[in-house]
Amino acid sequence: MEALSKFVSRTVVLPATDVDTDQIIPARFLTTTTREGLGANLFNDWRFNTDGSLNGEFVLNTPAAEACEILVAGRNFGCGSSREHAPWALLDYGLRAVISTEIADIFRSNSLKNGFLPIVVDEATHKWLLANPGSEIEIDIEASCITLPDGKKVTYPIDDFARYCLLNGIDQLGFLLGHEQDILKFEKERTWTP
Amino acid sequence: MNDLEPKTLFEKVWSEHLVKEETADTPAVMFIDLHLIHEVTTPQAFTLLRENGLFVRRPDLTLGTLDHSTPTTPVRTFKDLAIVGEGAAKQVIKMQENCVEFGLELHGFDSDYRGIVHVMGPEMGATQPGKTIVCGDSHTSTHGAFGALAFGIGTTEVGHVLATQCLLQRKPKTLAIEISGQLQPGVTAKDVILAVIGEIGVDGGTGYVIEFRGTAIEAMSMEARMTVCNMSIEAGARAGMIAPDDTTIEYLKGRPKSPQGAEWDTAVSRWLALRGDPGASFDKTVRIDGSKLQPMVTFGTNPGMVIPIGEDVPGANGDASFTKALNYMQIDSGKPLSQSAVDVVFVGSCTNSRISDLQQAADVLRGRKVADGVRMLVVPGSQQIKKEAEKIGLDKVFIEAGAEWRESGCSMCLGMNGDTVPSGHLSVSTSNRNFEGRQGIGARTILASPMTAAATAIEGRVADPRPYL
Repeated sequence: MEALSKFVSRTVVLPATDVDTDQIIPARFLTTTTREGLGANLFNDWRFNTDGSLNGEFVLNTPAAEACEILVAGRNFGCGSSREHAPWALLDYGLRAVISTEIADIFRSNSLKNGFLPIVVDEATHKWLLANPGSEIEIDIEASCITLPDGKKVTYPIDDFARYCLLNGIDQLGFLLGHEQDILKFEKERTWTP
Repeated sequence: MNDLEPKTLFEKVWSEHLVKEETADTPAVMFIDLHLIHEVTTPQAFTLLRENGLFVRRPDLTLGTLDHSTPTTPVRTFKDLAIVGEGAAKQVIKMQENCVEFGLELHGFDSDYRGIVHVMGPEMGATQPGKTIVCGDSHTSTHGAFGALAFGIGTTEVGHVLATQCLLQRKPKTLAIEISGQLQPGVTAKDVILAVIGEIGVDGGTGYVIEFRGTAIEAMSMEARMTVCNMSIEAGARAGMIAPDDTTIEYLKGRPKSPQGAEWDTAVSRWLALRGDPGASFDKTVRIDGSKLQPMVTFGTNPGMVIPIGEDVPGANGDASFTKALNYMQIDSGKPLSQSAVDVVFVGSCTNSRISDLQQAADVLRGRKVADGVRMLVVPGSQQIKKEAEKIGLDKVFIEAGAEWRESGCSMCLGMNGDTVPSGHLSVSTSNRNFEGRQGIGARTILASPMTAAATAIEGRVADPRPYL
């Protein structure tokens, strides 16, 4: 994973609530054995009409969405399936963060492991972001805050360890492997064996 | 928390698995007792192992099956597999290769124990009280029915568990959901969990592990309890759990991976001690009167959009996502669902494909016919269930009624294995997700119990099962 510190981008707004991972990447595209190329089918059934043509009305297909790296979404983004293909598809498409008032557990965990930022903000900030698509926002991972166009800073909650890993591009597997002695001790000392 | 403080079931299982306690700076290192794997969410994890020169640390705690992208028609040769699509066939073959290379137990097409991962794990006795269980699938919450702490993980974490048998975790909060009273005839575990999700919402459990308790839960069979815990994730909860009791013990006795002999007795005492201590407190409690529940059906595009079968579909009240959902479903506010003509009925999935589910559907269907123009597909959750159902003649009930009887697998639950609902068609399904396109592009899904699904198949429109009891 690449180390991240801060970046600036315009927002694209998808106000729907409870956007599930089946919308982010439908199951029929999960018959892959690699991580690459899933962006082509991101939000497939919203981005494309049934005849395969582009749905010009879907927000990601509008000219204003071009080069936007921050998605502002309705409450409970990423609910449903545990498929890590969801953050893989979002990243592969060119998005780097989602801002909402609530983000589903497994999606949030998967996102952080891939450097896709799940950012939870208060209702008022969220309402403003929904009403102002295309706003230029800075995301500062070191300070755990976003900066709105008027300079207002809004902090967001993030687990310290996840933040540390993002800032240093650390893969959590390395951290776990470093606990080999502790794991051996646990296995040896536990009172029952599974 | 010290050792003298009363603990919940969750806290007992959690604290028994800490290789390292969490601190402000680092999450807990949690040991995993059972890692279930399937073909869709593992290939990239095995690649990670290979790239880093790593091995599977505990093949003995890893158990594999083929379920998601497998056809539900018999597979004898590669050609039978390829009917699902080239990608799916490749994925299945990759899974077989990975399990051979890393020395893992895989229940493939030649195994009598192949089945949906959340059906075959409990069936083999691999799912046991007090275990930590993970799988790259959100419905891993199913296994919590045994008093295990079981939850879905992503593929990166699948790699972590393969390589270290551990996961990094922050301790979640606890939510008690108490279902009191006795369920009325025709009201099942599926109706209970749909009512719960309707009550707390699809994000009502976010950040929590749920413990289901109360007389209605205690009276349930293990299969019914699995249905309840299965859909915990549909309320956003990481896991759902139920305290082990005599019903749990009875279910596990004599299964292939259950403890045997003297070990069985030791295990039983340990399991029964997992029940939450009197006075243990939860971060939040929700109480529902089980005796007032009705058969439930969804009307929208998430499982929280749910009503008792006789009631009218509610109005949108200006909520754009709600209106979008009704438009997608082509369902009107202010009318009951019983007016909706149905094209497809699906009985199956990790929620409702066990023998008692099939029995309930068959009891409604026996001696009756699936309505003209309705396609009914019945897919047992495992090859064991298929065999058992055929032994007691359930397959004949379904076939004589005009339904299709298949090999085990995830099937029509998620439209990636050849079994799909055509665009625009209305499906009544015993699965767990009514998301847009979940059962196929443009498919419209109503979630219901096996009994409601069977009654619907007979009438060709959404139907209350109670007149058929």
